Amino acid sequence: MVVETEQLSAALSGLDALDVVAAPAGRLRRARAVILPKVAATIVFIGLWQLLVASKWKPEYVVPSPFSVLHWMGQNPGSLLSASWVTLSRGLLGFAIAIVIGGAIGILNASVPVVRSAMGSMITGLQTMPSIAWYPLAIVFFGLGEHAILFVVVVGAAPSIANGIMSGVDQVPPLLRRAGRTMGARGLTQLRYIVLPAALPVFFSGLKQGWAFCWRSLLAGEIIVVALTNRGLGTLLQENKDFLNYVGLYGVMVTIFVLGVIVDGVLFGTFDQLIRRRWGLVEA
Amino acid sequence: MTATLDGSNTAAHASKAAVTLSGVTKAFGAGNRRVLAIDGIDLEVPTGSFTCIVGASGCGKSTLLSLVAGLEQPTSGALSVEGKTALMFQESALFSWLTLQGNVELAIKLRGGTSKADRAAEARAMLELVHLGDFARHRPHEVSGGMRQRAALARALAQQPEVLLMDEPFGALDAITRDLLHEELEQLWSSRGTTVLFVTHNVREAVRLGDRVVVLSSRPGRVVESIDVPIPRPRRIESSAVADLAAHVADRLREEVSRHGR
Repeated sequence: MVVETEQLSAALSGLDALDVVAAPAGRLRRARAVILPKVAATIVFIGLWQLLVASKWKPEYVVPSPFSVLHWMGQNPGSLLSASWVTLSRGLLGFAIAIVIGGAIGILNASVPVVRSAMGSMITGLQTMPSIAWYPLAIVFFGLGEHAILFVVVVGAAPSIANGIMSGVDQVPPLLRRAGRTMGARGLTQLRYIVLPAALPVFFSGLKQGWAFCWRSLLAGEIIVVALTNRGLGTLLQENKDFLNYVGLYGVMVTIFVLGVIVDGVLFGTFDQLIRRRWGLVEA
Repeated sequence: MTATLDGSNTAAHASKAAVTLSGVTKAFGAGNRRVLAIDGIDLEVPTGSFTCIVGASGCGKSTLLSLVAGLEQPTSGALSVEGKTALMFQESALFSWLTLQGNVELAIKLRGGTSKADRAAEARAMLELVHLGDFARHRPHEVSGGMRQRAALARALAQQPEVLLMDEPFGALDAITRDLLHEELEQLWSSRGTTVLFVTHNVREAVRLGDRVVVLSSRPGRVVESIDVPIPRPRRIESSAVADLAAHVADRLREEVSRHGR
């Protein structure tokens, strides 16, 4: 028996060594492969912009050179940073509220079939509603101020988040639920330990989409709702246009773009990759 | 229970049935659409025994295990199970977001077991038992199919079942891995005294592993024959004794399948 166990153990560990693939190339190489093309694309974009300026298609105060835009940004870091902070904190507050509301609605819909058949298509419908269409009503309700923006941001982001949970839960393989049930997980325990973790990758895509809606609604709001005491990027954009400072207009737009890339691409993108890798949905 | 491999443990435990089915019938749907999955199955699985169930497609093998696992209720008939069951599937059904260790720990937690430190130690021991100690921190998708099934076995054993139900657990594995897992399962079973009810379509596998092979008919599933396997353990799937008996079981199965032709 002991001899047999040892033989079996040796055979199994040999087989395991053959079966398990070696770790892939290092982090540095992977990072380089990701970053280099992006840097190249940015250089090409700036080059094309400069070509457009050189072609004199529009006078230079309408299409300024990328370098004068960067120069303006360098001269006004304070107002750009504080406006970015105001906009981001508005966005984060709205997003947090949307996660709570959308999350609760999503879990309710995913776990109670009657609620699902009553509300499910309504949530999808809400998602297709352009957020700017909410502003007139929001202004009637809350006046020209923070609350109107917050309302539209939440209404814009919550359906995506709810939908993310719902489709995430729908896609949980029945086998995993069965496995959970045989292990004694039912009801809330099943939801907490099996269904929600299994749904996380799809839920995270919903979060990402929710943030995109949130960000769009927010910038639209800051342009439409003019009487704001805290000046965000939208307000700054509008002001630069009104004062015919087109270099500043470009500068704010570049700032908005860069923030979008950082939050959406870097933050959400990195977490998305991390989750997908951990859940075994992509090659390591 | 003593860790002998010569089959004597079977006789010692044959006194009491771990699972008893009498006239168990399971139908799905209603009216014209009513399909009889299994029809009046009588079966006694002695405590501590290793019982294999073979049958062709449509014999209701998986339905039978679901009934014993308590995932479904029989339409009619009586079913009794002594103690807890754990079910293992053809696919490992491991949770991909947890490490192998995490999977086993979750089983212990859901069983209602102990503190976090104790769970970790117990999970580790279960993984050592299936020779996966070195891979405790790996995730299911980072290891091979055979290793996943061993982790699933560790997870099932961590539920401390009196009856281990296995639904074609090695069906998707290559032959070398399967042979080794047969050996591992046999050793674990003989040292732990768990009753095993093992469903397969592989006749040789059934004879290799079982104290007894139960042949089921198809559509609906009924018990056609129950064949004792007197071959002493440890057995080899290549041995002529296994091959001879497997041939007999296969003939019986083929007879059953032929009834469904024209």
